[in-house]
Amino acid sequence: MTAKNNSLRSDLRLIADMIEPDSRVLDIGCDDGALLDFLVHNRAVSGRGVELSQKGVNLCVARGLSVIQGNADTDLQYYPDDAFDYAILSQTIQATNNPRHVLEELLRIGQKAIVSFPNFGHWRVRSSLAFAGRMPVTQSLSFQWYETPNIHFCTVDDFFALCQDMNIRIAKTLFLDERGRQKKLLFPNLTAQQAIFFLHRK
Amino acid sequence: MTDTNCHKIRIQDKTVQLPGQRVLFEDPMPLDSGLSFGPIEIAYQTYGTLNADKTNAVLICHALTGDQFVSETHPITEKPGWWSLMVGPGKAIDTEKYFVICSSVIGGCMGSTGPVSVNPETGNPYGLNFPVITIGDMVRAQKRLIDHMGIKKLFCVIGGSMGGMQVLQWAVSYPEMVFAAIPIATAPRHTAQNIAFHEVGRQAIMADPDWCHGAYLEKNKVPRAGLSVARMTAHVTYLSEPALHRKFGRRLQDRSNLTYGFDADFQVESYLRHQGYTFVERFDANSYLYITRAMDYFDLAAEHKGRLANAFKDSPVRFCVVSFTSDWLFPTKANRDIVHALNAVAADVSFVEVESDAGHDAFLLDEPEFHETIDGFVKGCAERWFNGHGKGAIS
Repeated sequence: MTAKNNSLRSDLRLIADMIEPDSRVLDIGCDDGALLDFLVHNRAVSGRGVELSQKGVNLCVARGLSVIQGNADTDLQYYPDDAFDYAILSQTIQATNNPRHVLEELLRIGQKAIVSFPNFGHWRVRSSLAFAGRMPVTQSLSFQWYETPNIHFCTVDDFFALCQDMNIRIAKTLFLDERGRQKKLLFPNLTAQQAIFFLHRK
Repeated sequence: MTDTNCHKIRIQDKTVQLPGQRVLFEDPMPLDSGLSFGPIEIAYQTYGTLNADKTNAVLICHALTGDQFVSETHPITEKPGWWSLMVGPGKAIDTEKYFVICSSVIGGCMGSTGPVSVNPETGNPYGLNFPVITIGDMVRAQKRLIDHMGIKKLFCVIGGSMGGMQVLQWAVSYPEMVFAAIPIATAPRHTAQNIAFHEVGRQAIMADPDWCHGAYLEKNKVPRAGLSVARMTAHVTYLSEPALHRKFGRRLQDRSNLTYGFDADFQVESYLRHQGYTFVERFDANSYLYITRAMDYFDLAAEHKGRLANAFKDSPVRFCVVSFTSDWLFPTKANRDIVHALNAVAADVSFVEVESDAGHDAFLLDEPEFHETIDGFVKGCAERWFNGHGKGAIS
């Protein structure tokens, strides 16, 4: 294992562990390419990325990854059905205009999808609103309301409901606590800071 | 085929000795127009050393008024090569690692067969008897050169503007011969606006009485005014309003007051006149007509049932498309069309839009972010090509 492995953020590491070697992966919202880079070099995947920020794209391309500047809402339509084994949407769905459509697109172009998001049902979020009467600013939701790119928050239970509504099979769920550690949580909707959903078509 | 080292060309009323090499192909070549044309001579320049396996070749495709002198002092203008910032020892296209090839396009005036060349049937310059050629024809001629060099697969084909069109054509016509393709500030087809600006340039040339209906060489004339105006118009399209404002604003040229006449009062006028004036010394008017026409005719989708994605179906080529924010001649939208078509066939593509106020010409300038992108992409490709494929290591 190289140093790269150790520096991979814990939630990204959990996602990486869900991916079969030698598969085709599209990482939407791939940021600086940390996950893709890990997958390409350690899992021998054929990896592609989409990233909104120019800075992120340049970092990715400069490290030799195949990444385009684009947007989850508008650019997924150009990919053909079944183009990838996995479509990953990590910490991005809450920033899309139409999360339901993006989710549909993920499972159209990917056989499987991995979606991770900050849980708006976490007790700190709830208490911020309930007791302080202020929009929550937490570790995983670190923006003030007037500058946040996150426009479509959801809770763990909201996401379960959407998957059921869209007839999506949830193959696996992982929940992370406030320190980014994966935990078997009794009431994840209340105690998980982040959630990772591994989705299949039905 | 005949290989020659040095050669002379006629440019305007001078004869110039060019560095580099040339190769003559006697057999006629089929053209997109349906004609068959030959013999064809290709003038080219190389930098670096071809490795024993012939796997480290990079083909550079030049733009409308570019030439094969990519990374050396230009033999006519004595200015640095047009892509000295990109190509050279330690540069993104590193001539210590790669064998860099650039050939003058057919139809041009820097040694490859074009309208200034002598028609062996008549003993006179071709002039307007030169056939109308396309970007596809230019690439077909380049392929002859690459075959002649015994190179089975190019590590990389790279170019901006019309060079980018050739890069796309290479990837579409000969995908098995291209490992990585870098089309920069280009488009999958020439738009109405692109064609319109070219038409203005062509009409300026043809309106010059010294053009002599294309036969100016025989009459020892040069349509300087027409070609110069064509260049001035085109030059404006290569810049941007902010770049022009930054460079010149409304500043006056060597005077403190307006002259109330039509002299070049403004610096921008003086600059453009200089651009036109110097361009005439190194470029041929008929070549300008032929090459602009080739660009106008370029439409990759049209050759593939109107769907650009069809052109790239099952492409094994790794692409890196680059555009610049202030380029309004080949805007990001046009470059993104290429990316979307590549996505539609799940091709391997990277795309970067570089922030720059320099306009279309940004690809020729010192844009650190752009050079980092190319450097990173090329290094990533090299890792796969030279290690992954066991084709021999490079230092």
